[in-house]
Amino acid sequence: MIDVGLFNYWAVIVLMMVGFYTLIARGNLVKKLIGLNVFQTSVIMMYVTMGKIEGGTAPILVESGEHVVYSNPIPHVLMLTAIVVGVATLALGLSLVVRINEAYGTIEEDAIMDEAL
Amino acid sequence: MTGFVDVALLILLAVTGVAIIRQRNLFAAVMLAGIYSLVSAGLFVVMDAVDVAFTEAAVGAGISTVLMLGTLALVGYKEHKPQHTPILPMFVVLVTGGILVYGTSEMPRYGEADNPVHLHVAPHYLEESEHEIHIPNVVTSVLASYRGYDTMGETAVIFAAMVGVLLLLSRGPLPLRVFHKGQWVTLPPGARHEDPPRAGVPEEGDGDG
Amino acid sequence: MDDRVILRIGAKILIPFILLFALYVQFHGDYGPGGGFQAGVIFAAAFVLYALVFGLGNAVKVLPPQAVYVCGALGVMIYMGVGFVTMALGGAFLDYNVLAPDPTHGQHYGILAVELGVLVTVFGVMVALFYAFAGRRRLDL
Repeated sequence: MIDVGLFNYWAVIVLMMVGFYTLIARGNLVKKLIGLNVFQTSVIMMYVTMGKIEGGTAPILVESGEHVVYSNPIPHVLMLTAIVVGVATLALGLSLVVRINEAYGTIEEDAIMDEAL
Repeated sequence: MTGFVDVALLILLAVTGVAIIRQRNLFAAVMLAGIYSLVSAGLFVVMDAVDVAFTEAAVGAGISTVLMLGTLALVGYKEHKPQHTPILPMFVVLVTGGILVYGTSEMPRYGEADNPVHLHVAPHYLEESEHEIHIPNVVTSVLASYRGYDTMGETAVIFAAMVGVLLLLSRGPLPLRVFHKGQWVTLPPGARHEDPPRAGVPEEGDGDG
Repeated sequence: MDDRVILRIGAKILIPFILLFALYVQFHGDYGPGGGFQAGVIFAAAFVLYALVFGLGNAVKVLPPQAVYVCGALGVMIYMGVGFVTMALGGAFLDYNVLAPDPTHGQHYGILAVELGVLVTVFGVMVALFYAFAGRRRLDL
């Protein structure tokens, strides 16, 4: 058993930075949305990390005599709905990308800026 | 052992994330995003969030990937080389990350039972849900009963997203407006920017963009 | 299309099981991992698979877009309807205890009903999103 300590939070921050970098440094709109997705997953991971209890099990109650430790169900509930809402907003973003492509003929940010000026 | 799997999966996720950034073929990037979702679903199982893992595997690796591929079929899958130097975004990202890492020094340690999150409300759900609701899956009972308002809102939100997407995509393509040889020209739907505006009708005095 | 025999037969074998698994996930959600969100997505995935293998034209014949849009709205109405039914029975909005003489039974009925609403909405929205993207023509083709 290795001690995880705060490693999970740091890893989540690294993933968040990966998504953030994709979001601000890349000009392609689909790539930006993928970065946003990575960012979102890292936030979900952070919540789930907070819900974990060492030695616990999934919060599905079992009939047994001895004392069972369950992980915290609240972050799971919140993130469950966040994932589904995430895909809905992703679809909205992608449909905007489709319309931008139809209007400008490109989905590269720089080319759109040149076009618009 | 759990700790080892946890750390290994997180490293795998970071590698996949960097591969997504570096990959310039969007088709490959979308497939990598699907892999990323699947690996994160595995990580959620390790952290006991089986319902979240289930949703992430079905939604993140399934539906999102299909939607992104559908978009790529419409917009093409080549990403241009970035024209700016990555120094400024890198600086912003590193500063933000540094501040966040500094912030984690106050965070409770991973997996301890007396962390502040576990002290309020959650014990009530875990202990009373058996008597009040009488179904074993606490996530379902919190989702549908204790926090039913939340879920109702989420359902309404995804319905609203559907309405938005249909508003954007159910209309036909609009005509294209381009600035060609000093004047604004309307091209019929389906024309590309590179095409000479042979079918277009030149318009006067509309050049302010 | 016609020469991909393995793909077509494989999809034909898989689709009923995917639908059945979605129903299992829906109704076993009280006892194990699962629930309306996951079941709705899996249910939609079966139709997405059908559309990918047999073409959008056939999928639209099986499941017309209008039906899908109605599903998307109907689920939200089921969910809110449960809330209004509980209010009519003298409880608070979404207070399932009043749905049956025994409060825990009432909770069971309420959870079943709202999960059904979530299933219907998520299924409708996911298939509608797929139809919207797949039905769009690429301009330069």
